[in-house]
Amino acid sequence: MRIVLDRARCTGIGICESFAPTVFEVDDNGELVVLSAEVPEGALDEVTAAVEGCPALALRLEP
Amino acid sequence: MSATTVHTGPNSLVVVGASLAGLRAVEAARKAGFAGRVTLIGDEPHLPYDRPPLSKQLLAPGGSTDPVTFRSRAELVDELGVELLLDAPATGLDPDARIVHVGGAEVAYDALVIATGAVARGLPGTENLAGVHVLRTLDDARAVRRALDEGARTVVVGAGFIGSEVASAARARGLPATVVEALPAPLVRSVGSGLGAGLSALHTRNGTVLRCGQAVAAVEGTGRVERVRLTDGTAIEADLVVVGVGAVPGTGWLAGSGLPVADGVVCDEFLRAGAPGVYAAGDVARWHNRLFDRSMRVEHWSAAAEQGALAARNAVSPADAVPYVTVPYFWSDWYGSRIQFAGVAGGDGHEIVSGDPAGDHFVALYREGDRLTGVLTLNGQRHVMKYRRLIAQGACFDEAVAFARTPAHGATAAS
Ligand SMILES: Cc1cc2nc3c(=O)[nH]c(=O)nc-3n(C[C@H](O)[C@H](O)[C@H](O)COP(=O)(O)OP(=O)(O)OC[C@H]3O[C@@H](n4cnc5c(N)ncnc54)[C@H](O)[C@@H]3O)c2cc1C
Ligand code: SF4
Repeated sequence: MRIVLDRARCTGIGICESFAPTVFEVDDNGELVVLSAEVPEGALDEVTAAVEGCPALALRLEP
Repeated sequence: MSATTVHTGPNSLVVVGASLAGLRAVEAARKAGFAGRVTLIGDEPHLPYDRPPLSKQLLAPGGSTDPVTFRSRAELVDELGVELLLDAPATGLDPDARIVHVGGAEVAYDALVIATGAVARGLPGTENLAGVHVLRTLDDARAVRRALDEGARTVVVGAGFIGSEVASAARARGLPATVVEALPAPLVRSVGSGLGAGLSALHTRNGTVLRCGQAVAAVEGTGRVERVRLTDGTAIEADLVVVGVGAVPGTGWLAGSGLPVADGVVCDEFLRAGAPGVYAAGDVARWHNRLFDRSMRVEHWSAAAEQGALAARNAVSPADAVPYVTVPYFWSDWYGSRIQFAGVAGGDGHEIVSGDPAGDHFVALYREGDRLTGVLTLNGQRHVMKYRRLIAQGACFDEAVAFARTPAHGATAAS
């Protein structure tokens, strides 16, 4: 599964990071860094929680 | 048939309140494989829409006034198989008969999720004055936006988060803005007194006049607001007054139902309210949060979304119920700066571990005894979620301060 971020929507709120810190990190400028373009082994649940938890509806999973 | 005593699980789910928590409830029920009847009842005419943008993007100069909606009617009705009853206020609950009254109609349920949110508190006596608004709904936001676009001199009553966002929107247009707060310092209840003062310095730095320790004596005008008079006699000329003095849980329709209500629908840790098959979620729910071992009610986006989903999952498969445990979290945007808060503002003090409350960036950690309970950041996006995780893990305060002092902290992804 691929992680797709809509930069125009993301406002760096960081909910995704609290669910899946190995995949998402907000940097000093409040910009989200996606640390892995693919969902890592065994991390599907936390990445799904991150996608659902994003208040800006900026994250999507694609097959 | 008499009351169901067999453990077959419910056949019908009714959700009252068609906003964030209610929407997440119906989505989660279907996602969990629930195949029974799902009904979503809401009193607004609109499809579920997002509230945080109402005081942010929707008030921005030149921004769109279209609501941010989550799902189309077709997605809700055809794909999720949800029966939508909009513009239809629930008027009563009979928990023994398991019936929700909607005006003259009766909607029967096996499982019920109450997600009726909160209602903004108004200023008594201003009901008939044009130009005085609360900010809770799309219609409120559009009215405030129109006034700002017309160049309104703005007075915000209450130095809370939503009111402060309105003041930011007024200043973004160069309009005169005043925030009036009855308490000696702003945000005392949410972030503690010392740091509330730090955040409120953002107002003064951005040209908003802040009047603390002043209550509103009267909002004056003929037909439409002309000025706000404070208790010390000062009069502030105003074309727009936005009342941001908090919200009360939307439990009015439950009067007479016998369901326990005490500043919110009282729930256990599984979001179960005090009647069989009844759950609550979002701003209306008061539940027991195991992580802090206390009863809480929060008005935060994340909690409403998560509770909505969890309450519905627990409601449709009660045998596998999971408690709702969280580190509460919210954000707010003032004058282009981001404020973030996670946890609870513990009563045993705080320590600034980065930046300076008088400046444009800081990180403050709160404690209760030797435990880390909360974090407040101003423009500290990189930090806040790391501390949120530490709070969830039950970290010691000293451990967290030591973490803050490590030079490498946050340089790479924490794992
Ligand atoms: C202007 C504004 C800005 C915000 N900004 C932020 C932010 O920056 N960050 C953050 O974390 N949170 C923010 N919030 C809070 C967040 O939006 C709420 O926590 C969230 O909307 C709660 O969702 P809810 O579904 O529980 O309740 P609500 O969104 O209040 O929805 C309840 C729904 O139930 C309906 N209803 C009520 N009574 C009945 C009835 N009897 N019958 C049928 N329907 C009924 C209501 O009309 C409403 O549609 C903001 C809120 C507002 C108003
Ligand atoms: S939760 Fe959403 S808005 Fe926030 S940083 Fe992640 S993707 Fe961006």
